[in-house]
Amino acid sequence: MTLLRLDHLTVQIGKTPILRDVSLTLARGEILGLVGESGSGKSMTALAIMGLLPDRARISGDIILGGLNLRHRSEREMCQLRGSDISMIFQEPMSALNPMMTIGDQVAETLMLHRRMLRSEARSIAREKLDRVGLRAPRFPLSLYPHELSGGQRQRVAIAMAIALHPKLLIADEPTTALDVTTQAEVLDLLRDLAREEGMALILITHDLAVVAGMADRVAVMQAGQIVETAPTRTLFQRPDAPYTQALLAAATHHPPLAARPDAKPLLQVENVTRLYRLPRPSAFAPHPELRAVDDVSFTIHAGESLGLVGESGCGKSTLTRAILGLDAVQGGTIRLTGHPISPTMPRPQRTDMQIVFQDPYGSFNPRQRVERLICEPFHLTGRPSDWRDRVAEALREVGLSPDDKSRFIHEFSGGQRQRIAIARALIIRPKLIVLDEAVSALDVQVRAQVLDLLSYLQATHDLAYLFISHDLSVVRAVTSRCLVMKAGKIVEEGPTEALFTTPQNAYTQTLIAATPRIPQHWKEPA
Amino acid sequence: MRRYLFRRLIILLASLWVASGVIFLLVEGVPGDPASFMLGVNAAPDTLVALRAQMGLDQPFVWRYLHWLGGMFSGDFGTSFTYKVPVAGLIAARLAVSLPLAGIALCLSVALALPMGLIAAARRGRISDGAVMAGTQLGIAVPNFWFAMLLVLLLAVRWQFFPAGGFPGWSDPLAALRALTLPAIALALPQAAILTRVLRSALIETLGQDYIRTARAKGLSRARALTRHALRNALIPVLTILGLQFSFLLAGAIIIENVFYLPGLGRLIFQAITQRDLIVVESVVMVLVFAVIMVNFLTDLAYAAVDPRLRRRI
Repeated sequence: MTLLRLDHLTVQIGKTPILRDVSLTLARGEILGLVGESGSGKSMTALAIMGLLPDRARISGDIILGGLNLRHRSEREMCQLRGSDISMIFQEPMSALNPMMTIGDQVAETLMLHRRMLRSEARSIAREKLDRVGLRAPRFPLSLYPHELSGGQRQRVAIAMAIALHPKLLIADEPTTALDVTTQAEVLDLLRDLAREEGMALILITHDLAVVAGMADRVAVMQAGQIVETAPTRTLFQRPDAPYTQALLAAATHHPPLAARPDAKPLLQVENVTRLYRLPRPSAFAPHPELRAVDDVSFTIHAGESLGLVGESGCGKSTLTRAILGLDAVQGGTIRLTGHPISPTMPRPQRTDMQIVFQDPYGSFNPRQRVERLICEPFHLTGRPSDWRDRVAEALREVGLSPDDKSRFIHEFSGGQRQRIAIARALIIRPKLIVLDEAVSALDVQVRAQVLDLLSYLQATHDLAYLFISHDLSVVRAVTSRCLVMKAGKIVEEGPTEALFTTPQNAYTQTLIAATPRIPQHWKEPA
Repeated sequence: MRRYLFRRLIILLASLWVASGVIFLLVEGVPGDPASFMLGVNAAPDTLVALRAQMGLDQPFVWRYLHWLGGMFSGDFGTSFTYKVPVAGLIAARLAVSLPLAGIALCLSVALALPMGLIAAARRGRISDGAVMAGTQLGIAVPNFWFAMLLVLLLAVRWQFFPAGGFPGWSDPLAALRALTLPAIALALPQAAILTRVLRSALIETLGQDYIRTARAKGLSRARALTRHALRNALIPVLTILGLQFSFLLAGAIIIENVFYLPGLGRLIFQAITQRDLIVVESVVMVLVFAVIMVNFLTDLAYAAVDPRLRRRI
């Protein structure tokens, strides 16, 4: 029986078309995966259903929920539906909760708003709902504030709020994108169970095909505001019909060629490195307790090699990276690059052997400088050579951009292009090692595949070594030849990537790999 | 929390002590002898010596400082050179006017700014927002003594609802409040204008946050999301401005006190400076410093009351 029907839904903001002729149906209790790249209109479809589109949006077509056309409801009627019949959870658990309100009050607010119950009554139901999403008393009292919870726990609070009134439809917009793999697996399990047990329909919006593979009954693929294909999940993965779906699937399972260099010399040597942080004193005269953020870590990267470093947030990856880059002093052990010790006081010219590309293609550039100036920034280590303009042009060409792009500003580029510029900035000083800190995590699958190909090409032509830091295991698996697994400051497992992924030895590595969503192997062969 | 309060108290006392030293140095250390000022240029040398001894000015600098500091602990601020009465009583009488005036002005400015800021933020870009923004622009641009004179002309001279100036004392509270009404309004208007703008921009910023979208997805109307979720999150910058404004209202009302002929702190310090009544200057400045430091302390406590994330640091 049909719960939701979108009929030729079209949305425009100003002159820009956002959604074009979107038609969808959703049965009661069904899980629909809505997949597409950023800007394809997934979130706008969700907001259109919720009636929360921006004020300037012009909308046509029909949104029919349980026989009721939501297009003709007043704002007041929509307020009554939102939170009770349709609910929504969002991507950013860190900012999706009001920081000034306790979690109990935030869950109870939904109940009090729609059911006119007393605060005490609402809070006791809120308690049940928080228990249901796995935040049980007494460890998680109602009086906690969002900042006292982790990202995964906050997402559970958001889910408790959304399901408090047994909605007929829950829309989850990238609910696990910001979470670690093990947390992601738990939250996805919870959503699936809730949908099955409460008979609630679920629209799961994601850019990650592997996530919908394990969750959805049906999948709809969006591109540029249109739905290009809708099919039962297994059919879609086995016999993708639309060329765009095929391209997406190919990009998701893309493996760039790996450089093999058996006889290479050690480039970066990390030996018994320990990094301590002083914590605040528990009382006025007690000594400072210490946090061992990196605990006796040793490894080597050889010239021209790709080494992966995986681990969940808070495991010490970033602290280790800062030490390797010579930004922070270590409290034990040594780090050497081409034989020279690394420390915050190392001579500047020695830093040229090592560069970094960061995760955020939007935040890691000065928006007021032209590309030319951004790219030649590493030259402050050595002084600008006389042929620097040629070097900028060469770096731009190498990353697949035009030398004419040098006089443009960073906002004129897409996310993938910005990451190319970040790579050009790292390349220009001709380093031997590039640290890639979640460098492709913010990119869409197709763009990601292109950037990974570029990295592989540059590695082969420049004999570059990569330290590839990521929480995304599938990417690390695709692009590295050797891999380290880090947990609570320690390296718990190290080995050739393929062996580590197929036969993990350490229990933690096994958990991580088991939690990673994947497209079942037998789906990939034609049925 | 207790540790935080204790630490803040130590800092508070230390700042007061440092401030007292700086004030004493500035006022006593600059050239110009109050005794010779009082007697005029043609005074006989032995009269000057006698007066200096009577005023305690012949004592060593450090001893005079310690004497002044010690006196303040027991509530003895010394005796005014010109008025010949204890400074403590002088200041108390003036505070009885200035403190209520600042308090009323502050309440008025909040009472005006809160609804205006909310309306402007809720109806951003519409006519009501434009009207509020134009009004606040005017409120900031026009000096408060000009408002004061307009108010006097309209409400005191033409319609005679309020007295045009003077202060009858608190023996008749109603008359006292009536006397303070116009100056409080004149003081409050520019402050309300600033506060409205700060509140509006803080609210607009919080309205763009993800948790407002979450609140709307729960079924809260725009207005309810604004008052229940955005307002409290927008309060921190508002509290900061409010703290600064109170200090300003207490000390900065000199012109308004002159327009309305009110015996407030501002007029006291102004007169004391022109008459080289150093002991009064020092003491009034000390009281103002104390008020500013206390207001800062209360503002910090208010931050913690509003924002649970700051409580942990406390």
